[in-house]
Amino acid sequence: MTLAALKPGEEALILTVSGEGAIARRMADMGVVPGQHVRMLRVAPLGDPLELQVMGYHLSLRKTEALRVQVRPLEHHA
Amino acid sequence: MRWPEWLSALTRSATEPCHYLHEQPGSAPVPAPPRGPARSAVVALAGNPNSGKTSVFNGLTGSTQHVANFPGVTVERKEGHCRFGSWSWTVLDLPGTYSLSAYSIEEIVARDVLVEERPDLVVDVLDAANLQRNLYLATQLLELGLPMVLAANMLDVAWRRGQRLDLDELGRRLGLPVVAVAGHQDRGLERLKAALAAALEAGPAALKGAAQVDFGPLVEESLAEIGAALARLEGLPRRWLALRLLEGEARAREEVARWLPDSTGLLERIAVWQARIEHESGQRVELTLAVRRHEFIQGLIEACRPVGPDPARRHRSDVTDQLLLHRWLGLPIFLFFMYLIFQLTFSLGELPMGWMETGFSALAAWVDGHWPWPAPLLKSLVLDGILGGVGGVLIFLPNIVLLFLGLTLMEDTGYMARAAFLMDRLMQRIGLHGKSFIPLLTGFGCSIPGIMGTRVLENQRDRLLTMLVLPLMSCGARLPIYLLIIPAFFPAHLHARMLFLIYSIGVLLAVGMAKLLRISVLKGEESPFVMELPPYKLPTWKSLGTQVRLRAWLYLRKAGTLILGVSILLWAMASWPPARHDAARQTELAAARAAGDAARVQVLDNQRAEEDLRASLLGRVGQALEPVMAPLGFDWRISSSLLGAFAAKELFVAQLGVVYALGETAEGSESLRRELHSRYTPLVGFCIMLFALISTPCMSTFAVTAREAGGQRWAWFQLLGLTALAWVLTFLVFQVGSALGY
Ligand SMILES: Nc1nc2c(ncn2[C@@H]2O[C@H](COP(=O)(O)OP(=O)(O)OP(=O)(O)O)[C@@H](O)[C@H]2O)c(=O)[nH]1
Ligand SMILES: [Mg+2]
Repeated sequence: MTLAALKPGEEALILTVSGEGAIARRMADMGVVPGQHVRMLRVAPLGDPLELQVMGYHLSLRKTEALRVQVRPLEHHA
Repeated sequence: MRWPEWLSALTRSATEPCHYLHEQPGSAPVPAPPRGPARSAVVALAGNPNSGKTSVFNGLTGSTQHVANFPGVTVERKEGHCRFGSWSWTVLDLPGTYSLSAYSIEEIVARDVLVEERPDLVVDVLDAANLQRNLYLATQLLELGLPMVLAANMLDVAWRRGQRLDLDELGRRLGLPVVAVAGHQDRGLERLKAALAAALEAGPAALKGAAQVDFGPLVEESLAEIGAALARLEGLPRRWLALRLLEGEARAREEVARWLPDSTGLLERIAVWQARIEHESGQRVELTLAVRRHEFIQGLIEACRPVGPDPARRHRSDVTDQLLLHRWLGLPIFLFFMYLIFQLTFSLGELPMGWMETGFSALAAWVDGHWPWPAPLLKSLVLDGILGGVGGVLIFLPNIVLLFLGLTLMEDTGYMARAAFLMDRLMQRIGLHGKSFIPLLTGFGCSIPGIMGTRVLENQRDRLLTMLVLPLMSCGARLPIYLLIIPAFFPAHLHARMLFLIYSIGVLLAVGMAKLLRISVLKGEESPFVMELPPYKLPTWKSLGTQVRLRAWLYLRKAGTLILGVSILLWAMASWPPARHDAARQTELAAARAAGDAARVQVLDNQRAEEDLRASLLGRVGQALEPVMAPLGFDWRISSSLLGAFAAKELFVAQLGVVYALGETAEGSESLRRELHSRYTPLVGFCIMLFALISTPCMSTFAVTAREAGGQRWAWFQLLGLTALAWVLTFLVFQVGSALGY
């Protein structure tokens, strides 16, 4: 599934990130790379962008970008 | 400074014991500054955005550069000086970057300084609460081959999140000196300076022991081969260049093609390597490299962080976000905050403004009564030109300070970045970007830093668009105009609402214009939105105090220089040449004086002053403008005053003050308000505000737009476009309003 499909509070492991160019590299520089964990925190009031937690900090991305990220949901540990 | 307990419970408190700073008893003493012959060096502060570089810079150099809690505050290279024993350093504060493959203008500024200017020493300011992302840049900086010191900042934040960090171990593993600092409190700076001196002493040789990311056998093999081919390029960090070539960075390829005459063979080899690496890892080379880097850093952090953050624990910042970014409440809360800022600017500022007004009237009356010389012209200059002009502007100082205080609170707490998050969708609709929202909000204070702030936008079209509509965000200099006009025409209970209305009109126009430009002149693709949301922080009293002092000082300085100078000039233009008065009136005046008919004298005096004013240079300019401005409801006095507003927006107030002071005997802006009230309808008052809101951005805005947009063309476009818009809208409002009988 893609990162955009995560529900608030869910955590996942990043499998692949597709796309090229500046934005792909920027996402990689900010920690959206295969092997990292992400947690979906919330969706903005107007439905976009998303707020995620990566590498212990908060990152905001639009859904368009999140769609390029394939993830595997992790068991939810409360 | 201590905050009340309940307040610090809302977010993290700004003050904490600094035991993490090696400052407990028994820690090693700070090394003494070196002695000997004077030496100098260039030291650059680099690091991730919002890691505290500018805080450290201010601490080292005693500057007051802008510090705030959102990424992308510093957008230019700034210089300062710092002495340490025999050392004299030029310290460079750079914009923050996430990596050295920079895209937005402000990041390119940082990159170019590091790569091309090659400072003698790099200080990487790390956000210790965000180590993994921050060390990512550190590994890239290391590849540049410059002597480097790590300054671990924000340790208090990490500490409060329950993380413990072994800085000595981190230093050992990276082979670099690591110093703990607390940028917001100027702590640890002596130790940092000692480390800088030692690192400069050791020079590049010290880097021999520095750590290197191991990218795996295949990549390392390719790097070795490419590096060998680059051996002829002396003085360049070979490994770094090889990595960039392998990542396929266009700029690196161009550079190599320029420097190496026979580079085709090399570029072909690189393509082969890229294909092999991509085949092996199944993903693009740059992603492979990024993954390896992150893995390296993860190992590093595990080794030197005995206690990591507890993933289950929620920080106060998260709880705050739950409310402020709430699905239903988030936007209403934002609007409420904005309303509150303007409401408080008005209502809290009213009282001190009243005092200043009374003070200036008393001063004017005193000067009038105690005028020692028989020089009426000089008296008029002091009373009408200076007190009428500059005084009229100065009384709004309290409101200006309050406005900036409100904006500073938004910036320092970290709410600014949230505003961008909340508004991104709306901004996207008009073809802009959540990130454009931050410069736009900054524009409420002053358009200049707003325009500079657009540098954070990666896309040049987004940047231009934001810049062009930015003057529609009503700046602080226009505030005095509203504060003068609103109470003159509208009942007290409407004051704050009128102010909010004016600002809202500006925002709506900005939105409309942006959309219009987007579908006409500045067509382009949507650009992605990727932004960090920093944790909330309670602003320190120190930073609030600095901001307030700085703002007050800037306003006073402007009043004392530009406004004073132009006020005097305008006074001269309004006093010269005098009118030729007909003899009949002269005799009538003399007769009335002799008869002691005070009322008649007053009327005749006023008539005379009015004629003088009409005949003056300013009066003539105003009258020449009248045909153009009359359809907007403006007479020649208002028109000529609006002209001065191009130099600085406050000048409108100053100039009206001069014009009316010359035509009047009573002083003070209260009488200016009464004067306005008796001469014009509320509709005209509103039209003045509307016109001042939209028309001609001030001179400095013009200059900065020309520079930042890369050509006067855009600045002219902005100037003429906005003025035309102002004219048309004011015309419509006035004509429709008049027809409706207002
Ligand atoms: N808690 C805490 N806050 C800090 C510390 N150092 C700086 N700050 C705050 O962190 C925020 C960012 O500081 P800046 O100095 O503007 O950061 P910068 O690296 O210059 O940011 P950019 O110019 O955007 O790249 C401000 O709100 C500072 O007050 C620290 O050691 N601890
Ligand atoms: Mg800065």
